[in-house]
Amino acid sequence: MMTAPASTTTIDLTQRFPGVVTPDARPGYSGFIVEKDKLVEVATAIRDELGFDLLTAVTGVDYLPENKMEVVYHAYKTTGGPGLVFRVQVPRVDPVEVPSLVHVYPSADLQEREAWDLLGIKFTGHPDLRRILMWEGYEGHPLRKDWQEPFYEEEVKPFKSRWPDGKFFMAEDRNPFKDNLKFPQNFDPEKWIPENDEMLYQSLKRYTVKSEDGMTTDRIVVNMGPQHPSTHGVFRAALTLDGETIVGLKPVVGYLHRNHDKIGERNTFLQNMPFTDRLDYFNSMSNNFGYAITVEKLMKIPVAERAEYIRVIMAELSRIQNHMVFVGMLLNDLGAMYTPALYAFEERELILDIFEAVSGSRMMCNYFRFGGVVRDVPDDVLQKIKDLVFDRLPGKTDEFERLLSENEVLVSRLKGVKVVDAETAVKYGVTGPVLRAAGVPYDLRRADPYSVYDRFDWDVAVRHNGDMYDNYLIRIDEIRQSLRILQQAVKTIPQGPINSQKPQYQVRVPAGESYGRIESPKGELAFYVVSNGKPNPWRYHVRPASFVNITCLEQMCIGTKIADFVALLGMLDIVMGELDR
Amino acid sequence: MYGKGILKGLSVTWKRFWDTYLDDISWMIRGKKRYHSEEGIKHRSSKNTRGIFTVQYPEERLILPEEARYVPFLVYDEGAEGKKEVRCTSCGICAKVCPPQCIWIVRSNDPNTGRPIPEPTEFYIDADICMNCGFCAEYCPFDAIIMDHDFEIASYSRNVYNMEKLLKPASYYKSIRPENYARNEAERKAKEAAKAAKAAGAAPAS
Ligand code: SF4
Ligand code: SF4
Repeated sequence: MMTAPASTTTIDLTQRFPGVVTPDARPGYSGFIVEKDKLVEVATAIRDELGFDLLTAVTGVDYLPENKMEVVYHAYKTTGGPGLVFRVQVPRVDPVEVPSLVHVYPSADLQEREAWDLLGIKFTGHPDLRRILMWEGYEGHPLRKDWQEPFYEEEVKPFKSRWPDGKFFMAEDRNPFKDNLKFPQNFDPEKWIPENDEMLYQSLKRYTVKSEDGMTTDRIVVNMGPQHPSTHGVFRAALTLDGETIVGLKPVVGYLHRNHDKIGERNTFLQNMPFTDRLDYFNSMSNNFGYAITVEKLMKIPVAERAEYIRVIMAELSRIQNHMVFVGMLLNDLGAMYTPALYAFEERELILDIFEAVSGSRMMCNYFRFGGVVRDVPDDVLQKIKDLVFDRLPGKTDEFERLLSENEVLVSRLKGVKVVDAETAVKYGVTGPVLRAAGVPYDLRRADPYSVYDRFDWDVAVRHNGDMYDNYLIRIDEIRQSLRILQQAVKTIPQGPINSQKPQYQVRVPAGESYGRIESPKGELAFYVVSNGKPNPWRYHVRPASFVNITCLEQMCIGTKIADFVALLGMLDIVMGELDR
Repeated sequence: MYGKGILKGLSVTWKRFWDTYLDDISWMIRGKKRYHSEEGIKHRSSKNTRGIFTVQYPEERLILPEEARYVPFLVYDEGAEGKKEVRCTSCGICAKVCPPQCIWIVRSNDPNTGRPIPEPTEFYIDADICMNCGFCAEYCPFDAIIMDHDFEIASYSRNVYNMEKLLKPASYYKSIRPENYARNEAERKAKEAAKAAKAAGAAPAS
């Protein structure tokens, strides 16, 4: 059950802004088109008058045939309910300029930088519009439809060279350097000076400050990462320090970037399914879930009853193992090397055994199909799941709590150390457990229900202090709630087919757009897909929780000690596969 | 009391430390092997396992579930005199559905009739690009391409598999995926029976 974005009848934006806001009349589209010059004004009204306080996604789309660029905004209310889609359209003539919404919705910050980087949309008024995923000096904007990668073969898959005359060649042989690299014209490595770092440091606070008594003090810039054991992958943060206090921070990401969106646009709709596994590789089941419901919404097909239950079971098992590993890794970051982490990994192993038995792979599950799942859960595996959710995991969760929750050293390390407060979290687009630990009971399984979550009896976990201890406890709470859902789901799972559709390798997707969102263990995971009726998506965009959540990192860190940075970063539970895409 | 929480936590690690030995001893007393035996490995990946349950790869191996998937192989049926009857008909579905496009098939035409020959002339899978998604096996209409269980393919060079390397007998398929194999065979028999019945029904009429 998906709630459709709000329609014109419920919100009279068009009357409020006559001539500026018009309903989007294209078939398959919804929401409003806003005049570019009035965007900031309209967005402010949407936030203040209509109460859409959470801007979740900013997505650029290149409509090459119409010679237009579009920026789509998805806004929601943290009190729940359907969202509001508004967009601006601008001619596709460089410079493509759209006013920045950073001052209305700070959560747009990194996402606007991403749209600038990948699509070349200039957000006027953005305080720090630098490339974010590609390197500075990179030529072109790779998500534009007329951009071609170094290994470019054809616009879309399947490639004609594979069959019936599939004479094998290696992709790298097509490139003179045998490398997936393209250089700007007249590029001379000898003369090239990387301007990226200078720009980055300039975007940070000034180096030198003068105190009242005339003393000048230098502020130090410290780079953490990209090779740092606690950054959960190749994440880099440039921090300005005043003594030990953080006064400025810029996340530097993109080291693991592989242009997932572009790959997704070359792929057919079905081919994207295994690629979503590689986003947040801890939760491939959740990623599959998000993508499946997005495309199903567009195809307007139902999901088989039994498959709905299987989906919920898999997604919740995934959440349990994610949160267990989160706690284990958090303790690693705090210095309790490996005992909690390995305890967590043991339970995770048992859950991965189940994933492997049903899907064939422990981590890259590729288990969901449009309309259902790929294969049924056999009875013996269902029994195994029951064993886990009734016998083993509840006890192990208690054991975890016995091990950690009252440990005085841990409690004094975590308690009272602020992570983020509710207002800042909403402003900066933080979703997931971090938001709920700050006291906002915003869980998409309740707030914007999908699948069959409304049939189970469970509570949205929420804590109110927003400190590190609450952020730890909320993960344990969520494990318990997931177990509750699982216990009901495995008891009530109906018999029947596992897919409402016939298996087909080429699905027909009608033209239109679709924004599907789920509550992934790390926050809101959403996909924005545009179809033009062809076998491949015209636009395929992932709105990962990790990426948008780090928009808030600077706010979280300013004023805290450098020693807390690692723990604060750990709290966000980022995973680079999803963050960098 | 300050320190109570720490003691509580230590009791957990203490218990788990001893659990491994207690489990070992209980298996010893029962005269069973906890290590290097199928039973022991199964126990160590069940809900009842306690203590450390590491499986000592490569001396020990986890028991792979039937659905486990790794780089695919092509199936041939063993015909008379060891003739390899390749199931693949070069229909190209797997090459079209493959997400990273790592399947390459050459279909040739019969020089006399000009019609396509079913058996592929060349068939390549670039195993380094293959993402083990399983789509090829899922959508092949002839059960001709099957996901393998052999995951130990590390090598010093690119793994590009040709027909020779890819072909494996149906008996191997049966050995790694007995249930799937049985299901396929039943479907095939049913199809053939239906065909035969149709032919038998059609014959008298003509
Ligand atoms: S392996 Fe199967 S799908 Fe692929 S070409 Fe052969 S018969 Fe067709
Ligand atoms: S498993 Fe997937 S990636 Fe590998 S050959 Fe088959 S379809 Fe291609």
